[in-house]
Amino acid sequence: MNRYSLWSLVRNARTHHEDWQAAWRSPEPKREYDVVIVGGGAHGLATAYYLAKEHGITNVAVLEKGWIGGGNTGRNTTIVRSNYLWDEATHLYEKSMKLWEGLSQELNFNVMFSQRGVLNLGHTLQDMRDIQRRVNANRLNGVDGEVLTAAQVKAMVPIINASPEARYPILGASLQRRAGTARHDAVAWGFARGADACGVDIIQNCEVTGIRREGGQVVGVETAKGYIKAKKVGVVAAGHSSVLAAMVDLRLPIESHPLQALVSEPIKPVLDTVVMSNAVHGYISQSDKGDLVIGAGIDAYTGYGQRGSFSIIEGTLAAILELFPSFSRVRMNRQWGGIVDVCPDACPIIGLTPVMGLYFNCGWGTGGFKATPGSGWVFAHTMAEDRPHELNAAFSIDRFFTGHLIDEHGAAAVAH
Amino acid sequence: MLIVTCPWCGPREQTEFSCGGEAHIARPPDPGALTDEQWGDYLFMRKNPRGRHLEQWVHTYGCRRWFNVERDTVTYRITAVYKAGEEPPGGGA
Repeated sequence: MNRYSLWSLVRNARTHHEDWQAAWRSPEPKREYDVVIVGGGAHGLATAYYLAKEHGITNVAVLEKGWIGGGNTGRNTTIVRSNYLWDEATHLYEKSMKLWEGLSQELNFNVMFSQRGVLNLGHTLQDMRDIQRRVNANRLNGVDGEVLTAAQVKAMVPIINASPEARYPILGASLQRRAGTARHDAVAWGFARGADACGVDIIQNCEVTGIRREGGQVVGVETAKGYIKAKKVGVVAAGHSSVLAAMVDLRLPIESHPLQALVSEPIKPVLDTVVMSNAVHGYISQSDKGDLVIGAGIDAYTGYGQRGSFSIIEGTLAAILELFPSFSRVRMNRQWGGIVDVCPDACPIIGLTPVMGLYFNCGWGTGGFKATPGSGWVFAHTMAEDRPHELNAAFSIDRFFTGHLIDEHGAAAVAH
Repeated sequence: MLIVTCPWCGPREQTEFSCGGEAHIARPPDPGALTDEQWGDYLFMRKNPRGRHLEQWVHTYGCRRWFNVERDTVTYRITAVYKAGEEPPGGGA
């Protein structure tokens, strides 16, 4: 792998930038791998990267049915934060945050991680009590957090409608200054390039159609490019997790829902932080390119169609305009949907399955992007050691039988 | 926007309804007799199919009655509507 640097830029300028090395190879699949990762989103690519980097397991293939990063990795609103309420979730997301903070250097790829802060607005007294409770919980867990007054919010975001006459007046907010955004495509590409450099094969347009078992042990996967033997298989398929689980008669507590987002035409810089509101239900930031990036809620019905109902977008934009009336004449450029794998407790499932050598990492629901490096890191550990890391031990599927759920629905800053 | 045909009120816009998830999950008659795995399966595990799905809807802003819908989860097309307690037209309850 050629390292990216100022010198490589100068060197390639001399050849009119026509000789850059491809960021990753596109090999034909081998007949056998030590580990096959099903799903070439950023979580799967991160898993492959950390398997190679941290555990020395390099005979790995990442199988992706479309193109890498084309699912939820390329469809989210790029928000990164770690201000969750419960200890288990906070530790997991904070591990991810620490990895984010060094990720561009680690990968030698600019993931444009921007710690511009995330505000979670409170509109009622109960909101403010929840915010105080969560910020206190965060600080006890070593995660930064502050409670802001309405005046402090207004000072930080001058264009926000802080009028007490608003339909849902802003009473204050929580602020995590280390939170922010990252370039979602770059995260997939950076992990792909890093994994490829360690010897991982990234196979695109290679859908997995079956998982073969012998005596309770996984032995390989049927794919669009033929049968591939594997000692271990890790499934990181987000919205399609239930489809893959059904291949081995495994039942998951997951429902796949459409989740929509949209971006405006590029406008001049007006918003240099991320604003989320649970009560009116919208979240917004401005990309470096200038577009307003706006996220909605999920559709209540299950769906694999990568699109949702217009009424959801209408409600989201009404919420955004309530907060930012000056955006009323901004034109929206693009709108899309992803399929999110929602768990009953809004927390992921990362761990072993009843099939030996088969591991699942799913259930990230509406908030998986922020977890990308941490998710890959703990899942790589789980697959390499055949047991969960202490950071993801609480996130096994057993919790739905023991009752030890980690109820992050609404309790944290989760906006869904 | 989906048009959902309520068995009592006829075709109405989707925003009048709420979706209640997978249909035909019967509450076990004797929960105390179940293992933790069986109870967890009843409470949390879902088919979540890609394709034909039998699900419950309620006409929240209409007659407020529950009924069942057969819908494709890829195209979102509603292929049948039937009352609670009835068998789905295509079977598979």
